[in-house]
Parts: sequence; C-alpha cells; structure tokens
Amino acid sequence: MNFEEYAGKPLLKAAGIAVPDGKLATMSDEAADAFDAIGPCVVKAQVPTGKRGKAGGIKIADSADEARAAAEAILGMDIAGHTVASVLVEGRSEIRREYYAAVMNSPETKGPMVLFSALGGMDIEEAAAQDADAVRRHPVDVRDGFSAADGERMLDGLDLDGAQVEIAGILAKLYTAYRENDAELLEINPLAMTHKGLMALDCKFVMDDSAIKRHQELAATGTPERLTGLELRGEGAGIKYIELDGDVGVLANGAGLTMTTMDVVRHHGGRPANFCEIGGAAYTKAQAALEMVLDKPGVKSLVVNFCGAFARCEVMMEGLLNAWDEIKPDIPVFFSIAGTGDEEAIAMLKDRLGIDPLPDMDAACKAAVDAAREGSK
Amino acid sequence: MKIVRGHHRVLIQGITGKQGTFWTERMQEYGTNVVGGVNPKKAGTTHCGVPVFASAALAMKEVEFDVSVLFIPPLGVKDAALDAIEAGAKNLCILTEHIPVQDVMVFLAAAQDKGTSITGPNTAGSVTIGECFTGFMPAFNERIFKKGAVGVMSRSGSLGTLMCQNIVSAGYGQSAFIGIGGDPIIGTTTSQALEALDNFEDTEAVVIVGEIGGAMEEDAALYAKTMSKPVIAFIAGGAAPPGKKMGHAGAIVLGDKGTYKSKKEALEGAGVTVLDTPSDVGKVLKDRLKA
Repeated sequence: MNFEEYAGKPLLKAAGIAVPDGKLATMSDEAADAFDAIGPCVVKAQVPTGKRGKAGGIKIADSADEARAAAEAILGMDIAGHTVASVLVEGRSEIRREYYAAVMNSPETKGPMVLFSALGGMDIEEAAAQDADAVRRHPVDVRDGFSAADGERMLDGLDLDGAQVEIAGILAKLYTAYRENDAELLEINPLAMTHKGLMALDCKFVMDDSAIKRHQELAATGTPERLTGLELRGEGAGIKYIELDGDVGVLANGAGLTMTTMDVVRHHGGRPANFCEIGGAAYTKAQAALEMVLDKPGVKSLVVNFCGAFARCEVMMEGLLNAWDEIKPDIPVFFSIAGTGDEEAIAMLKDRLGIDPLPDMDAACKAAVDAAREGSK
Repeated sequence: MKIVRGHHRVLIQGITGKQGTFWTERMQEYGTNVVGGVNPKKAGTTHCGVPVFASAALAMKEVEFDVSVLFIPPLGVKDAALDAIEAGAKNLCILTEHIPVQDVMVFLAAAQDKGTSITGPNTAGSVTIGECFTGFMPAFNERIFKKGAVGVMSRSGSLGTLMCQNIVSAGYGQSAFIGIGGDPIIGTTTSQALEALDNFEDTEAVVIVGEIGGAMEEDAALYAKTMSKPVIAFIAGGAAPPGKKMGHAGAIVLGDKGTYKSKKEALEGAGVTVLDTPSDVGKVLKDRLKA
C-alpha cells in the first residue's frame, strides 16, 4: 500500500527525524490560512506518483495570496493520470545540500537494505545508473537491526561536510521507522542540509500489503489503489480482478497461470479483457468471478483455464456452473481443465452444459481469440 | 537445498485443520513418511494416524523429523517456523501466502544460521515422483506426474502443474518437481532449485517455470551456463501491463533486471531454450534431448 508524502512524514517525525512544519489543504483558502501559520512555504501536490516538480505540481509562495494562487493552480491538476485533490503546504527551507536515504526489502539479500547517496534530489536514478558507487548499500541482518554506529561505518570515507554522525543517526531512525511500520520501502529524497539542520523534505512510504492487518489505523491513512467499478467489485468479493482493454475474457486460477493465459491469448493475436484469478483462498469464488468477467462491456469470448493444485477443479467448476445457470452467458466460452479434480470437473461440464474442454490451454486460448475476432465482424 | 526423499521423516505443523488434514491424507497415500503433527491445543491426541505434539521441539524429541510442512495462517508462521528451525529441522516447506515480509526475513536468517533449507513461502510444495510429496501438489494425478527424467521447478503452483501435465502428455515424465513459491523473498531461489535438480539422480533435462519481477531467473542463467544438461524455460508475464513504480530504490537496486526481455536474454545467452507458450515444452524437449 502506497502512502502520500503527507501520510508518510508523520512516521519520520515519530522516529525523531526533522520534517518541515506542514498543513494539508484541500481548498485554496486553507492554503492561505496555512501560510499565516507557517510563513514562506512550498505548496506541493499530493499524488501517488513521482515527477511532481517537473509536472508543475510544486510551487513556492511568499504571501498568503501567493499560497492561495498556488493551491488554486495545483488543485484539480492532472499529474500522470492522478487528479490532485490536496496540497501539502510546508515551511520552506534554504537548501545547502541534498542527500538520498532509504531502507527497503531486498530480495537479493533476503533482508533489509539501507541505501544512502550523497547525490540526492530529482536525478538520483540517473546518478545511480551511471555510477554504481554513487549509492552505498548496507545489507542488514533483520535480527540485529541497524544502529547509528552501523550508519557511521556505512558512511565512512564520504565527504558529507562534517554531517557524518548526524546522518548516521538519521539512518538508524529511518531503519526503526521501517521496522515498526512493516515498510516495504521507506525513502527520504531529498534528505536536505538546510539552514535549520538536516530535514526530510519528501517521504515515500510503501507498506507491505501482507502486514496491513497489524497496522489497521495507519493503513487507513494510505492511498487506496485506484480501481475501476469492476475492480472494486473484485476487491469486495476477495478476487483479484484487473480490467484491461481487450475483448477476450480470462478466468483462471493462480497468478502465474492467469498471467500465462493472458500471454497465450496475446501470443495467438488476441487481446485479454481482464486479469481475473481465483487461486489460493479465493478458489471457491468462481461464481462471483464469472459474473465480473462477463459484466465487462465488449467482452466477445471467454477462456476458462483451470489447473488444479491446491485449488480443486471440481470446486471451481461447481461455482462456475452455478453462476452459469443464473447468467446464461451469450458469448462463446472455451475451457481448458487439468490438475486436481479435473476428471470430476470435466464430467460436470459435459453433464450440465454438454461442453467438452479443449485439449490444452493453447487450443482454448486460440479458439477464444478466433471467436472474439468473429464476434467483431 | 536437498530434494525430499521417501525415507525422510515428515512433520505437519497445523495438521488438524481442514486443509492440513486433507493434504496430510493425500501425502500419506502417496508415500510421504509422515511421523507426527503439531497443534498445541490437541497435543497428546492422534490425527491422521500420527501423534500430535504441542510444538516442533517436542515432536523432535519424541519422533525425530527431517522435514516440516507448515499449514499455518500468515501471522503465525514466524513462530512456527522458528520452532521447527530451533528444533533442528533440515528442511521446511512453507505453503502460506501473505506472510508479512519482515517476518519472512527473520525466519530465513535463523534458517541460514542453523543450516535449515526452506522452500517457500507461498509455494504449492514439491514432488519426488513415485516417492513422496510435500504441500498441496496433485502428485497422485498420473496425467500430471509420471516418473521420468525431466526436473521441473516453478514459482507458481498452478502454472507448474500445467507444465507438468504438458510434459506427461508429450510422452515424458519428471524426476522431481520443486515449487519455490511466488513471493519476492523466498528461501530456495531459482538458481538453487536448478542446481538441486541438476544433481538429482536420473535427471536428463530441467524445465524452469519463471515469472517477471525480481532477478532470480537472471541469476539462474549463470548456473545454467555451467550445465551440460539441456535447460528449457517459460517466463510468465510477457504480456502483463507494467506495474506502477513508487520511489527510486527498486530501480536503483534492480536496474534493468526483472523484465521479460531481461530474463529471456539472460537465459538464452546461457543456452536455455525459452518457450513462447507452455504447450511447446514437449516439442522442445524432443529436440533438446535428441541433440
């Protein structure tokens, strides 16, 4: 789960990392009021995407009127497909130098990784791509943690204008905030040396979705994924559904198999209409899944690809056939069925609908692609 | 990692639950040597014909086990895994999906110290064909698993199952199947599973079922390059829409790795045949095993 800057910064503050005074505003008058409380400020669009500055979503203000005008200009702006609904009005600091600091989950080391660069700011990715040494990486044993002394060792030899010890302390605090909040990523860019000392001028926080249940209160301040109506329905029903722009409906079990079904539809020249998977604990939800896949406008054919392992084919088929009786699909549907419970599922399909599955998923995907093409004529 | 064999003694943590019971029975029918189970609330009883203990530590004292299979809900896995690791398990099979990643890091670090090998989390399990299986794979379905010479490893249970069925319907069979799990941070990596299959008896070719994301397939390409046996791969997600990226850290650490293109190039550069679709596996096996 992603958190916008205003929702991530309180975690840094709670860990003892300085952040500018700030107020969230959803109307331009609130931004003017915020100026009166804060003084010279930066007005920043709150959207879950980078490159806000380059899109014009960050403006400075030296009076209440300027703050109001800046908020007026930014609120409602579209940044990478996100409509700006709020701005963060923050005290402005004189920046002397910008650093980059982050703690993330590292699949490579199977533990946390602390990252630091003396080249913070907007072009950090380019700097890292050009020079591998521009970013220092420190793998952590999650059982030992990361202390300020570890930070000092990590920063050893860097020219940081004498701020080594202070930055090391901030890295240790950042690590604590990462651990306490089950972060996948907690990033400060820039960590700025200002006339008031070191401050976190931005914050990216991504929470591990699997840990949301032990941080309910904090998760309520996160940014919900932007979902279409059908995707919201999927979420409500506990089914992963992603709407796509094609016309071949896809219903399969397991993320890997569903992704592959989409690949094979494309391989045969078709365009998938959706990703919809009912694997794992959702395998009993075939009924709701079929309804959603068919409810997408413009779907011309459907491929149902079941390969039972933990999810049993006959259980998925039962749900699907129940839905079938209610919906009575009027588009061609092609089946591929294999794995745990396949014989039972195939017998049920034949018995109740008089349909035989195709010999394999390629045949089923190809038939669905051909049928969609036929349906478009 | 070591492939689980029929003589290994297997513990089931969470044996008394609905799924634990169903799959323990399937494992026993297939030949898995289940010696006990764990459920603190039902310690002292017998379930599926084996004794139930309060902890893995107690089970180790009473029945000694090599491998533990965990049917445990996400927030309970860390403690259960640490219990089994501390008890001296050689191998854990962790099936659970949605375990908080920082919990996973804790037990993976402990496992490394103790020399415990872990498959998963979020794996469907592994099959040593004709001998035993761990987890919830349809090992007993003869149209999917048949004794043969192809080693298979997969991040996805459903897709791995499909690949195995394609191998059997093409007239081949498998030596062993290793489900490594779909989570970004897992115990046994693609490369380690590839090595285990390469060294496993009677294996003449290996099929890798990978996915976009992470750098495990790229790393496995380095090992594949050292192999004399043919390696075939399918990477799922070539047509997936690109995910949203937040923050810079992922790009800084991963660079260009993780995409379909990067994986295909790395594998092909190592002499691996990358399949366009899983249905092509039989045809390619025929070519590569003949050569």
